[in-house]
Amino acid sequence: MAEFKEISPNASNGEKLLNWVDNRFPLSKMYKEHLSEYYAPKNFNFFYFFGSLVILVLVIQILTGIFLVMHYKPDATVAFASVEYIMRDVPWGWLIRYMHSTGASAFFIVVYMHMFRGLIYGSYRKPRELVWIFGCAIFLCLMAEAFMGYLLPWGQMSYWGAQVIVNLFSAIPFIGPDLALLIRGDYVVGDATLNRFFSFHVIAVPLVLLGLVVAHIIALHEVGSNNPDGVEIKAKKGPDGHPLDGIPFHPYYTVHDILGVTVFLLVFTSIIFFAPEVGGYFLEYNNFIPADPLKTPLHIAPVWYFTPYYSMLRATTDTMVNVLSLIAAVSAGFVVLKTALNTKGKAITVVGVAILIVLLKTFDAKFWGVVVMGGAVVMLFFLPWLDHSPVKSIRYRPTWHKSLYAVFVVFFFVLGYLGIQPPSEVGTLIAQVGTIYYFGFFLLMPWWTQLGEFKLVPDRVTFEAH
Amino acid sequence: MSDTPMDSSKRTWLIASGCAGAIGGVATAIPFVSTFQPSERAKAAGAAVEVDISAIKPGEKLTVEWRGKPVWIVRRTPEQLAELTKIDSELADPNSDRKPGEITPAYAKNEGRSIKPEIFVAVGICTHLGCSPGDKFVPGPQPSLPDNWPGGFLCPCHGSTFDMAGRVFKNKPAPDNLEVPPHMYLTDNKLLIGEDKSA
Repeated sequence: MAEFKEISPNASNGEKLLNWVDNRFPLSKMYKEHLSEYYAPKNFNFFYFFGSLVILVLVIQILTGIFLVMHYKPDATVAFASVEYIMRDVPWGWLIRYMHSTGASAFFIVVYMHMFRGLIYGSYRKPRELVWIFGCAIFLCLMAEAFMGYLLPWGQMSYWGAQVIVNLFSAIPFIGPDLALLIRGDYVVGDATLNRFFSFHVIAVPLVLLGLVVAHIIALHEVGSNNPDGVEIKAKKGPDGHPLDGIPFHPYYTVHDILGVTVFLLVFTSIIFFAPEVGGYFLEYNNFIPADPLKTPLHIAPVWYFTPYYSMLRATTDTMVNVLSLIAAVSAGFVVLKTALNTKGKAITVVGVAILIVLLKTFDAKFWGVVVMGGAVVMLFFLPWLDHSPVKSIRYRPTWHKSLYAVFVVFFFVLGYLGIQPPSEVGTLIAQVGTIYYFGFFLLMPWWTQLGEFKLVPDRVTFEAH
Repeated sequence: MSDTPMDSSKRTWLIASGCAGAIGGVATAIPFVSTFQPSERAKAAGAAVEVDISAIKPGEKLTVEWRGKPVWIVRRTPEQLAELTKIDSELADPNSDRKPGEITPAYAKNEGRSIKPEIFVAVGICTHLGCSPGDKFVPGPQPSLPDNWPGGFLCPCHGSTFDMAGRVFKNKPAPDNLEVPPHMYLTDNKLLIGEDKSA
């Protein structure tokens, strides 16, 4: 608690008001901590635009969402018509709706870029583990938010997409069917489902999301931002106690981010005005047909941002389960024969893997598909403890590490593409290889990230004035 | 930590009141969670449906709604029926042995999974993730299907395939055959879906 501060009677009215507030609320203190005296590394590059862009998109989504709720009706009989009413009869309603629907896709683009930035520069490494974990939780919330929001227009894709995802839960052994019933509130996706998804989409999840965003930023400002060199700028401080390689967030990065915002809005508004459906990728054509519980559209696929994970779900067939069992058995054999683990540890590994294989063969491939899909997201939470590389940033890693990351990115795109396509045998095979690579990339990190010739990390960040 | 000695009776009461509070919290949560269950209205909406099947021509399908789900009634042609016996080796559960009584009622546990051989009744919901498979009655090679396709159903979501008796092919995401709902014939051409003689 700060001491009560008196101000000179000659001060201006503005200063007096600020002093009055500061004695009752840490306004100036927070402004300094988070903006004018938050020292961020001076070598931020292109990838660092996306953090502020995520906040911008969040604001757009909340604002447009508030206005959409004023006209939308969460009732299975009129929901579809109320969206069309917004599009045709509400003055400028189409604009608000397209901002919201384009915003959903934009959200995932900027979040994926933001996560990729963290991945390549090691922004999840000590002491930023919690920043990363809060971020992953935000990603989960975002997925829930996007999924439940997609039901609201009550088109064919809304309906059947929800049907598929809710049925994922029914694949869980023993409790699954009851759990799915509890989520739907009816024996099929219906009015009850629409109403509760509306409630979650407009209030419950956004509240959690906002809380997590605040936690994400507080944690970040506690430890300080990482940078493309992965150098801790706090290690080298000037006589004023501020990092030598740091610059105050405001005005330097606020002004810098205006450039990012401008370019982003240029693209964002172009899409809204000229191609809001983006060829069926942002708004799927089948969703312009009202939901029909008796007829699944001939080709259904989730919106693009879910398709990498959806591909993994589809890739988990009986054959894939056999391959996974084989991989588990081979890795157990490797642990027993090649590692220096003691006998007890080896015995535990063998028993553990044996149980895993029995489980893999006992439950349906359908259940394991759900586990694979969920695991692919949950895995991200453990990244800080999987990466054992002696350097943070990809800049100072062996060149072949970069190739592994490149292949990872390529497979992510390929999985995303396959998830949009109708199922095919070749596609499934490629998706299976991609899924194994995705999991191998993360699960084998404790080994491969330590291998190779690492480059020398400089003391100070690399920066050329421009 | 302060140096004052711990008052153990105070701690006991703190724990006891903490537990009492937690029990109250859980008890309060129950009604909230319970609202997620299907309402009485949703439960009551499961009445049986009566269908006149006289207008269905051989090789045609009629879809009716029962409990919000599509129920198919297909009048199979003799060729389609003949095909059923040939493909047993390609099916995951050709004799409907899995989950007895749940997926296939005892009176439909035969090659055609039906009471009358030509009339096939099934819930048109894939046992994988609940999409409604599409009709692919024409045999032969076509997109997303094998070249020796005998005719049946293809689920658009994850590519599960079913034969003309709703039996799932091997190595597909769907674990089970399509569900045959409880049904019975009131007259030769009147079908009641949702109830059978055993109930």
